[in-house]
This record gives sequence, structure tokens and C-alpha cells, in this order.
Amino acid sequence: MPNSSHVAITPISVWRRSVNNLVTIAAAGAVILVLLPLGAIFAYLVYKGIGALNWAFLTQTPKPVGEAGGGMANAIAGSALILLIASCIGVPIGIGAGVYLAEYGRNRFGDLIRFTADVLNGVPSIVVGIVAYAIVVLAQGHFSALAGGVALAIMMIPTITRATEEMLLLVPQAIREAAYGLGVARWRTTLSITLRTASSGIITGVMLAFARVAGETAPLLFTAFGNQYWNWKVNQPTAALSLQVFTYAISPFDEWHRQAWAGALILIVLIVLAVSAVRLVAGRGMLKGTT
Amino acid sequence: MGVGIKVEHLNAWFGKTQALHDISMDVPANHATAIIGPSGCGKSTFVRCLNRMHETIPEARAEGKVRMGDLDVYNGTAAVQIRRRIGMVFQKPNPFPTMSIYDNVAAGLKLNGFRNHKQLDDIVERSLKLSALWDEVKDTLRKKSGASLSGGQQQRLCIARALAVEPEVLLMDEPCSALDPISTGKIEELIFQLKEEFTIVIVTHNMQQASRVAEFTGFFLLGKLIEFDRTEKIFTTPSDKRTEDYITGRFG
Repeated sequence: MPNSSHVAITPISVWRRSVNNLVTIAAAGAVILVLLPLGAIFAYLVYKGIGALNWAFLTQTPKPVGEAGGGMANAIAGSALILLIASCIGVPIGIGAGVYLAEYGRNRFGDLIRFTADVLNGVPSIVVGIVAYAIVVLAQGHFSALAGGVALAIMMIPTITRATEEMLLLVPQAIREAAYGLGVARWRTTLSITLRTASSGIITGVMLAFARVAGETAPLLFTAFGNQYWNWKVNQPTAALSLQVFTYAISPFDEWHRQAWAGALILIVLIVLAVSAVRLVAGRGMLKGTT
Repeated sequence: MGVGIKVEHLNAWFGKTQALHDISMDVPANHATAIIGPSGCGKSTFVRCLNRMHETIPEARAEGKVRMGDLDVYNGTAAVQIRRRIGMVFQKPNPFPTMSIYDNVAAGLKLNGFRNHKQLDDIVERSLKLSALWDEVKDTLRKKSGASLSGGQQQRLCIARALAVEPEVLLMDEPCSALDPISTGKIEELIFQLKEEFTIVIVTHNMQQASRVAEFTGFFLLGKLIEFDRTEKIFTTPSDKRTEDYITGRFG
């Protein structure tokens, strides 16, 4: 072999190497900047809240003003109830609308829905609360967990809709065609093939929406309203962690302030746990080599 | 057993653009028929008209007569019924990524309401053996995703998936264009065996492939069928000047 056929590999210049290092450091720095606030918030919550955290906090209802002890058990349960209602309403509507937009929405009506969803996403949460107040609280004549659930559902829907649409559009047309080619009807293809292929992305979207509304306070102020006692009834005023934290935080009592910190800590931990649990369950069905 | 396809005066459009002009062709049963021609000449559109996949594209439509055995493809039968009797393999392997190998093969039956598990097991095994993939995947049928296989294996998986619904005709739209020569060889071998049971129509850019696997060849140019004859006639003594020019590499 003549030597000329070899391609000479020139050594990488000092300049290129230093630029490479610089950019790598910059990227790592950006990651740290993103993670820093999260870490700081969590550390501060633990620092402030861990003192008031004990078994009673997780199992008892609030004590009257002036009495020490008591907890937020009813608020934890209330938050769970409200979020369950919100998810039961918001997730099917959001996913349904997303499916429509992705599979059938290439028209003006689809554009209108897209625009509406984006506007709804930007509506302040307190306004959503007023809407839920008007359509549920006024109709029922009293505050309720249902009204809180409806308010949070309205906030979840646009996020889930747009996430679902985007994830479905990422599914290659070739996958749909494979199903059509087997004589599978269009609606079946959408349900069993397209949605299933996009499921991990859609779950991420749902969890994002869930985590976002789980800490919402404003829309619950005049819908779920809050409650000092246990309540499991859908149509009764209900305590919620975020409401309880808000009430305690603006109170003049040191004991309540400590409990508010603990409540905030519990709220974050529960959201993280809920999201992780869903991911774990959803991930269990995954096969080896699934892309 | 395969059945023949009789195409008469088939026209197809994308919106206002006409992609196929008055195609008439008799595809013989239990043989492989190759469709050749330069890019954009309507080969793919033609095979996609045979199982009414063409109309799944927005604003696309087709007119004309296609008879497959006793079935009038464009008259009186729902498109999904037609597609169950005419299998299709696409240019790029497209297994369902979230499904296991087993579920990929069983998909056509399962999604159409077939629930007999014992029979499904048999059909999956038979289809994977027909597509010469069984020995490579039999131990990981339910554990591995269809997307975890190599490109050539994925394409054979797609063939198995198409065969599982027991079609009479198998349409292959450039099935080897994304594959290496070894995988291509395997698929060509497969076509030879499948001819016993199915009628095969294969679109290909590769003229050697057409001459290797097909008894009949149709040459398309600008949406028209220029010549349709026995393969050796097309490649040795074509009757149309344009066919000869294409075969000898003067254009396309």
C-alpha cells in the first residue's frame, strides 16, 4: 500500500481543546444553576419544617388556637381527595382533546381549540378559582371538594391536551400505516397503537400537570375553602395542604408557622412520591429495548 | 393460496396532481411481480392503491377497477376488510415499538378482536417460521421489544406480522431498501418460498433484485405503465424504447 493513501490525522489544536473544555464547564454550570434553587428550597424546607414534623402531625387534625400539637392529617387527605377528583375530570378530557387535535384536528376548529388551550394555560389561577366558584359553588350553594377539584381540573386540561398532542405527533406516520395495513380500523389504531406508543410521553405530561396544580392555593380559596376537621364527602368543604399552609403561614402564632413549614415539606415530598409511583408503575410494563 | 389481481383503468390523485394514469395490469396468482421505474414514477402509489392505503393520505383519491380474486376492491367492501386480505410490507421496517416480538406478530389478529390464545400461539410461531425469524427470536418472544431487533430482523418481523393475518396477496414496497446485502439476500430467499402460498407484488429500485425474484415485471414512468411482461422479456428484449433506456441505465 502506498503511503499516500493514509489520511494524516492532525493533532487537535490547543485552541479547539480549550474551547471544548470551556463549553463543557459552561454546560455543567448551567445544570448546577438549574438544580441549585430546587436543592436550596428543599434544604430550607427540611431545616425549617423537620422540627414540627412528628407522628401526630401526620395523624391528627389541627388543634384550636393556643393548644400545642395537632397536625394536618385531614389536609393531607383533603388534598388527596381534591387531586383525585381533579385527575378524574382533567386527565380524560385533556387526553381526549389531545387525541382529537393530533389525529383529527388539522382544521380551523382544531386551531381554535389549540388557541383556547394556550390562552387557558395563561389564565391566572385565582380567575380559574372564580370560574369554579361560579359554576359549582353557586350552583351547590356551598363550598366543596368537588368545586376545588373542578378548579384544578380546569388548570390541568390545557397542559395535558398540548402534551398529549405533541407526543402523538411524534409517533411516526409509518407506525399508523403499519396498523392500517393490517386492516385495523382508524379508531382502534389510535387507541391501541398511537396512544400506546406515545404513552410514556403522555404520562410525563399528565404528571407535570398534576405536580403543577397539586401545590395550587388560590383556586382552592373559595372552592374547597378549607376545613378544620376530617371530611371524606365530595360535596363538603375540605381541607387542603396548600390552604392549610397558607392559613398557618399568615397567622400570628409561632407554633402555626412551624407547622406551615412542615406542611410545605410534606406537600413537596408527597408530590415527588406520587410522581415517582406513577412512573414506576408505568415503567414496569416496559420491554427490553423499547425506544 | 394466492389469488390474481386484475387492475383496469386505475387513476390516482394527490389533491389535484394526478399520480397514476389509466393503469391496467393482470397480476398473476402465486407469482412474484416486480414494479420498477425511476423515483416518483408512481410505483408506491400503485401498490398502495391495491389495498386502498392510498386513500389514508389526506386529499388522496383513486378511481378505477381492482379485482382481487372474487373481491371488488373499490366497490362494496370496507377498506379495512380489503387490507386484511392484502398484506403490506413497507420500505422502512416499522414494528410497533412498545410491543413485544410476539405482540407485534399477533397485532393484526388481536386488534381485530381475535382472542383464542392457543391458536394465536400457533399462528405467531407459523408466521415467524415462514419469515425465517423463528430461530433467532423464539427465546425472547415476549421479553424483547420489536424495536430491539436489527434492521433486517425487524423487516422479517414486519413480514411475519403481515403474514399472520393470512392474506392472499403480499405487497412489498421496497422492502430491502434500508437493509444490508445479507439481510436483503434473506428476504429475497423468503420471497421465493412465500410465492407458494401468496401472490407477491414487490416495488424495487434494484433491477437485479427484480430479475432475481420476479417472474413478471412492470415498468412505470411518469405515472404510466409503460410495459408489463415476463421479467426475462423486459430485461432482454423490451418492446418499448423507454423501457430499454431505463434498463440500460440511460436515465433514471
